[in-house]
Amino acid sequence: MIDLGAACLVAAAIACAYAAGAALLGAHRRDRRLVDSSRRAVYALCALLSVCVVVLEAAFLRSDFSVELVASHSSTTTPDFYKLTAMWGSQGGSLLLWAFVLSIAASGVLYATRHRHRELVPYATAVLAGIGLFFCCLMLFADGANPFARLHPAPAEGAGLNPLLRHWAMAIHPPMLYSGYVLFSIPFAFAIGALAARRLDASWIRSTRRFALLAWTFLGTGLLLGSLWSYEELGWGGYWGWDAVENAALMPWLVGTAFLHSVMVQEKRCMLRVWNVSLIVAAFALALLGTFLVRSGILQSIHAFGDSTVGGPLLGLIAVVVIGSAALIVSRLDALRGERRIESLASRESVFLVNNLLLIGLVAVIFWGTFFPLISEAVTGERSSLGSPWFDRYTAPLAILLVLFTGLGPLFAWRSLSRGALWRLVRTPAAIAATVTVALAALTDALSEPLALAMFCFAAFSLAALSQEVLRGASAQRALSGGSFPAALARLVARNRRRYGGYVVHAGIAILLIAVAASSSFQTSVDARLLPGESAEVGELTVTYREPTAEIDPVEQKLTFGAVLDVSEDGRPVSTLRPSRNYYSGRGDGSAGPLRSFFEGEATSEIGRRAGPGADLWTAMRPDLTPLDEVLTRVDRELERSAPEIGPAGPGPAEIEAMRRYAAAQGDAIRNFATLYLARPLPVDFRVNLNPLVIWVWIGGAIAVAGALFALWPAPAAARRRVSELRAARLARELGRA
Amino acid sequence: MVALGAAVLLAAGLVYTSFSAGTELRQPSELRGVEGGSYELTGEVAEGSVEHQGADLRFEVADRDDAAATIPVAYAGQVPDPFREGREVILSGTVRDGVFRAEKDSLVTKCPSKFAAEAERDPNVVIE
Repeated sequence: MIDLGAACLVAAAIACAYAAGAALLGAHRRDRRLVDSSRRAVYALCALLSVCVVVLEAAFLRSDFSVELVASHSSTTTPDFYKLTAMWGSQGGSLLLWAFVLSIAASGVLYATRHRHRELVPYATAVLAGIGLFFCCLMLFADGANPFARLHPAPAEGAGLNPLLRHWAMAIHPPMLYSGYVLFSIPFAFAIGALAARRLDASWIRSTRRFALLAWTFLGTGLLLGSLWSYEELGWGGYWGWDAVENAALMPWLVGTAFLHSVMVQEKRCMLRVWNVSLIVAAFALALLGTFLVRSGILQSIHAFGDSTVGGPLLGLIAVVVIGSAALIVSRLDALRGERRIESLASRESVFLVNNLLLIGLVAVIFWGTFFPLISEAVTGERSSLGSPWFDRYTAPLAILLVLFTGLGPLFAWRSLSRGALWRLVRTPAAIAATVTVALAALTDALSEPLALAMFCFAAFSLAALSQEVLRGASAQRALSGGSFPAALARLVARNRRRYGGYVVHAGIAILLIAVAASSSFQTSVDARLLPGESAEVGELTVTYREPTAEIDPVEQKLTFGAVLDVSEDGRPVSTLRPSRNYYSGRGDGSAGPLRSFFEGEATSEIGRRAGPGADLWTAMRPDLTPLDEVLTRVDRELERSAPEIGPAGPGPAEIEAMRRYAAAQGDAIRNFATLYLARPLPVDFRVNLNPLVIWVWIGGAIAVAGALFALWPAPAAARRRVSELRAARLARELGRA
Repeated sequence: MVALGAAVLLAAGLVYTSFSAGTELRQPSELRGVEGGSYELTGEVAEGSVEHQGADLRFEVADRDDAAATIPVAYAGQVPDPFREGREVILSGTVRDGVFRAEKDSLVTKCPSKFAAEAERDPNVVIE
């Protein structure tokens, strides 16, 4: 079975090479059959890679440890869900996922455009097949990157999945991110096709717009999931650390956002064509860079995984993409330059341009900060790095301005807006924003953080402006066709999914930014060292350590020490939190005794959390076990004394009995230790955070994703009929031309 | 024109502030004999060196490529979940009397490698 998978991988590489070659030859010779053949080769690629994925997942489910990936990332005790998702926890598996999603997306877009864009589709096919070929070759030729590598002899048991990764968000976070990266390749390939074929109108944008939006959605979801996992699982209490790999996913997302806006300008007003192709090249290059940063040791980061053999070739691909695209753009520059200029500053085009500049500014700041260690090493010889405070200081003002423009954009009309009309549109949201700001300044201590207050003010403006536009549109619709207000709203929204989906996205982002500002500027964080019965003050709450808890899990070889915390406000009980710490029995050489190995190995925090719409109460604990240190040493020494010796001839019946007794003694020792923890009052270090509004980060993000999905949804039947009539007319024209 | 001007200003601002705001990354071997200053220490946690002293954590960090070049570290604050011996860490702080005194909560531990050859072995069965 595995050999079938390996063979399909080789066949996939050949299919890519054929598709690229046939497409280019077909374009050169204008041979329709070669181009069709190349398209079918891409379909075949998709089928072959599907077989590869199915074979590999079947090996995981079967716990076939002769496959190296399965042996190193799964075990017989791993739950089925995590067995399936473990595939992309490895180099080979994640490259396979990348190539697989690419083949699906490429097949999809080629099927949708099979009768259109005849001049540029061959070049787009060649680009997509070329990228596919690169990833297949990486898997086949780079050291340690083959998903079908075998182990001889097959081990009896696998290593299992790291406990930190056993969280639903971490399981689906990689495919979300990879889908986001991969989907940017579709508009990129079509942009290159348009440049190569000199078809420089907006047709390539229209066909790939959905893919760009889908890429944005997946990447955004991946970022949200990663931050949620960090907050809930990692035990440091934050959701964004400006880590190199976090930034590597954020940068293409920001450029993608800029791209989605500026292509609207090209579609409506035929401007900014050079800017658009440059943006999509940058988005795709940054997506590849994101893929690269996780795999190379080039930057010190919480995720950078040492040196690997895949980093170099990926960097080479990025260089080819950037230099090749730049050369292509420069050679078509005359045809790309539009004659139209922006006529008025008070127009949607200029708002979009400012939005783009802000987004690109953000990307520039993040890029500089992320690569600063390399830059400073090149300039001064010393590797120097920039921390979170620097990133926060320079991204916050840009984000604040950005939120203002998410409100202004929907208000402005294309081309130009008279001053009177502008004032009429802006005055209500501005009044609302001013009222909110004054209320916040008077009733809370928001004035102590002026940047946060500015964010609240502009976000309030934005939300008010968006609501105003929706209400205006609904009443206009009602005036046109009558009926009740909700019905008019539904009709309006259904007819303009793109616009109103976009408004929902803007609202979600505004809410997300409000939550970010509130939870970072107004967080209360308290470190307390408590004995059972003692309390600490956190803001207006009192947190009392009631009692310790202990649990033993033989299946996962896990010891859990926890605490029960009672939270009260002014004497009234508010909630109970149960943070805990999991200790896992040691892996590897037994340099520590069997009992001590629990406390010198992996430990994970289970946080105690009370989520609420107003604020989150978050707590992590670490018991101070030093008073029990001597007990550990003593018990380990006794255990080691009674450990049976196995002679070179293997265990005989007496030794097996001794081993059984030894195992039972170890189990008893653990249970006694747990009882001791419960009986002796030990000090526990607690960190308690009060995070205002933090849950709205993910609610706002989810709203934005929902808005994007709504905008993506195919239009209702009537609109589709209109489109197909258009398509029939276009087909007739093309046939006439052919 | 405006866009270009804004870009130049931003670039100048970035360059000016980043070079003064950055902290140098140093490995333990590069901190030998150094006193004071503000650095970011990177390296691997030395085997057998982790000690919890009350609320403080003491351990030794070694060069990634040279396990003999170590420096003792004194740290107070949040210990991230992935922290353990053999893992790569990053800390910010200063050097005093040959001990790296890390800033509170500045300990960052790298996630266990997903891609490298180091495979995590099965947990020893201790609990029956």
